[in-house]
Amino acid sequence: MLSLSVNGQSYPVDVPDDMPLLWVLRDVIGLTGTKFGCGIAQCGACTVHLDGQAVRSCVLPVGAIGNRAITTVEAVGNTPAGQKIQQAWLDVDVVQCGYCQSGQIMSAAALLAHTPNPSDDDIDAAMSGNLCRCATYVRIRAAVKQAATGKIEILQTIGSAPEGAAS
Amino acid sequence: MSTESFTPEPTESIDLQRRSVLKHGGLAIAFLWLGGTGAASAMMSARRQPADTAAAMADGNPPFAPNAFIRIDSEGPVRLVMPSVEMGQGIYTGCSMLLAEELGVGLDQIKVEHSPPSDDLYGIPALGGQITGGSTSTRATWSVLREAGAVARSMLVSAAAVKWHVDPATCTVDRGVVHHAPSGRSATFNELADVAGRLPMPDKVQLTDPKDFKLIGKPIRRVDAADKIKGATQFGLDVRVPGMKVATVKACPTFAGKLASVDDKAARKLPGVVDVLRLDNAVAAVGEHFWAAKKGMEALVIEWDRGVNANLTTQQLQDAIADSARNGKGIVARDDGERPQGTLVQSEYSSPMLAHATMEPMNCTVHVTHDQCEIWTGTQVPMRAAQEAAKITGLPIEKIVLHNQYLGGGFGRRLETDWVEQAVALAKQVPYPLKVVWTREEDIGQDHMRPMYHDVISAVLDASGKPIWYGYRTSGGSVLARFAPGAMGKDGLDSDAVECVVETPYDIPKAHVEWIRHDMPPGFIVGWWRGVGPTHNLFVVESFIDELANHAKKDPLEFRRALLQKNPRALGVLNLAAEKIGWGGQPLPARVGRGIALGDPFGSHVCVIVEAEVTPQGEVRLRKVVAAIDVGIAVNTSSIEAQVQGGVLFGLSAALYSGLTIKNGAVEQSNFNNYRVLRINETPVVEVHRVVNTQAPGGMGEVGTAIAAPALANAIFAATGVRLYQLPVDRNLLVQSPDALKSVASAAAPERRETA
Repeated sequence: MLSLSVNGQSYPVDVPDDMPLLWVLRDVIGLTGTKFGCGIAQCGACTVHLDGQAVRSCVLPVGAIGNRAITTVEAVGNTPAGQKIQQAWLDVDVVQCGYCQSGQIMSAAALLAHTPNPSDDDIDAAMSGNLCRCATYVRIRAAVKQAATGKIEILQTIGSAPEGAAS
Repeated sequence: MSTESFTPEPTESIDLQRRSVLKHGGLAIAFLWLGGTGAASAMMSARRQPADTAAAMADGNPPFAPNAFIRIDSEGPVRLVMPSVEMGQGIYTGCSMLLAEELGVGLDQIKVEHSPPSDDLYGIPALGGQITGGSTSTRATWSVLREAGAVARSMLVSAAAVKWHVDPATCTVDRGVVHHAPSGRSATFNELADVAGRLPMPDKVQLTDPKDFKLIGKPIRRVDAADKIKGATQFGLDVRVPGMKVATVKACPTFAGKLASVDDKAARKLPGVVDVLRLDNAVAAVGEHFWAAKKGMEALVIEWDRGVNANLTTQQLQDAIADSARNGKGIVARDDGERPQGTLVQSEYSSPMLAHATMEPMNCTVHVTHDQCEIWTGTQVPMRAAQEAAKITGLPIEKIVLHNQYLGGGFGRRLETDWVEQAVALAKQVPYPLKVVWTREEDIGQDHMRPMYHDVISAVLDASGKPIWYGYRTSGGSVLARFAPGAMGKDGLDSDAVECVVETPYDIPKAHVEWIRHDMPPGFIVGWWRGVGPTHNLFVVESFIDELANHAKKDPLEFRRALLQKNPRALGVLNLAAEKIGWGGQPLPARVGRGIALGDPFGSHVCVIVEAEVTPQGEVRLRKVVAAIDVGIAVNTSSIEAQVQGGVLFGLSAALYSGLTIKNGAVEQSNFNNYRVLRINETPVVEVHRVVNTQAPGGMGEVGTAIAAPALANAIFAATGVRLYQLPVDRNLLVQSPDALKSVASAAAPERRETA
């Protein structure tokens, strides 16, 4: 029986050591915010934090985790960087279908925690492992910058930040 | 492009009137792509219909449900039922804005719900059913949802007026509250719901004057964003039902092949493996969780009967389709009589098969009992999915309960129902609820792919190089013939196959357009792919227009302008895009070029200019994209920007990297490592500029995708002088000189030695 520390809570899990963390989170613990996209660490939809580092949970065997702290998108808002990133994601209205965005947010939050003022190149390097088929990349870049600087990134067409429901 | 010369003769006069009648062809075709196939009753309405009673009952029986879209309870938020499905295009926000604008509530006071399957209540008339596709959602709901909101508001005001014994005209509505200023009274919608629910439907209602819009036309945040950034949104893959088991499935990789045999002894011994199920052409391993199912699948020894396609290759498919385009008998889509005399120029283009590769792989959860079939999945066609489940289970349609989910991408893939049918057929074999999850490999290998195409395009030019006639022979499989056979046109014409080429924005007086139907081999099922027919046709037409400009030694912008003097909306977006990118300004560096593409797909007008650099080694780097769009009345300007940006990048991604190839009758690609798609580090700035006017709303979700590829191809031509006749981009054609590759090889050589 393994014990996993997920979002500050301890979960005993009776699973094979080679089972990827992704499926333990989703199908055993029941935290479905972390997504399955490829199973081979090519798309980043399954990104979680292991002691604050962004990792692809679809290829991470649970047996290799030990007592390191796992953070998922459900709790990343409790960290300062995660909170800033989620707020910027809302302000810039990044999401479309939203399926990849759990992973995007986890990668972006890890970037911001380690690099408080990322350049365009830093953003590209940290985020290039996360695919988005809706191609929300332009707004992802804007939102990471806004989270870092606090300065409003004005959308190109519309000249003002979106207003309304999702605040 | 090949060139042929004829003796030039004066062109005859042009029948412009006829052309202008046909000018709306593209829009009409888009709207009618399924016309005539659906039930005549399929029609959404602003007012209560017979089917509404049962629908409202199933939705908590709220005291006030004046139509299929609005539910007001005695407490809590106003519930809005969404006629279209949300797959990223922002339609839940757009539909909510239309309803809320007229109802008189803020978007922070509402809660959205997925609609249940019903053609009667949620059918888009032009599509003949409850279908989200063809960029029709806003166009089809723009009027009816505002009216639905106004009907509800009128009844709530009447309810207040009845209670207070005042004239309804003296009442006002603000954020879900009816006020009567003269007496200082007010009541919330919740408080009025019970009385309003017993009032008669108003015949006529007053819609808000556009100048008083509070929501429509503004940049409004998405109603689904708050949950999506917290991982709290439930997609199909996130469904968890008590007692559920998880299956993964493998169908015969060779299309039309069958399952010959499977040895499951080893698999069944694995911990967590529950069952192994069989279908004619597939096998499923069932586990306590996905990982057990996947390990079970890997332990199966499967023999396939590969059938008629066992030796099929991409080359064979391409040769056959090219032969069709050159020599096949076409179905005439447009014919303006004899080809005029002049210089004849001709080119051939080909486009590959494409996978959808939605981020959320296909999945469906099903529980079949003796008298009911319950389904949880994300689908663009809830009613069609329910109908297929009824056929497979033998249950009457009212015993199929389908819970639609947020879609982790659609792009046309979820207009199909194959994975739902498969999941129902598997779940029918077991007593427990079964969640069937496709691996990414299955998702790409068993896609209903965008068809391949081959086209022969030609033009007759006058002495100045201006086209006076164009010819088009396009060959490809028909999605429409399978999806909605009743929508096929005269002589069996597939209108989708020739959309955006039967009519172009340009003033070219005569044309001859033919579609040569070229069915794929058995088992190769072609499907709708974002941008559908226009995505392919605009690549050919707009690449060829660039070729004609080059042939005439004219600037591509000026060449197009000269052909658009009678089309102010097309000219408007062309001029706007050119101005914003600074066309003709500062000279560009070597091997950097800009390419224009222009079109009017889905009832909107769009021009995209791509600026790209091609390295000496043939790699393409996107530097900048400027899009100009005229969609008529805008509902949510933030959504428009997002859809153009995402749509253009989706199209550029495919043009740069994507194509399915076939070996042994099976797809060779399997995952994102070999089915490459665009990443953020390859993404340029994408500016979106809008022409503002009060024309009726156009479609939005597919417009950017449809116009992207030709802008890229034209930019690459401007940068290198190399014309690309085939997608995706072949870097080998773009290498500056053999020396350029040598320098890369020598730079890489030491590394290779180290690893050897």
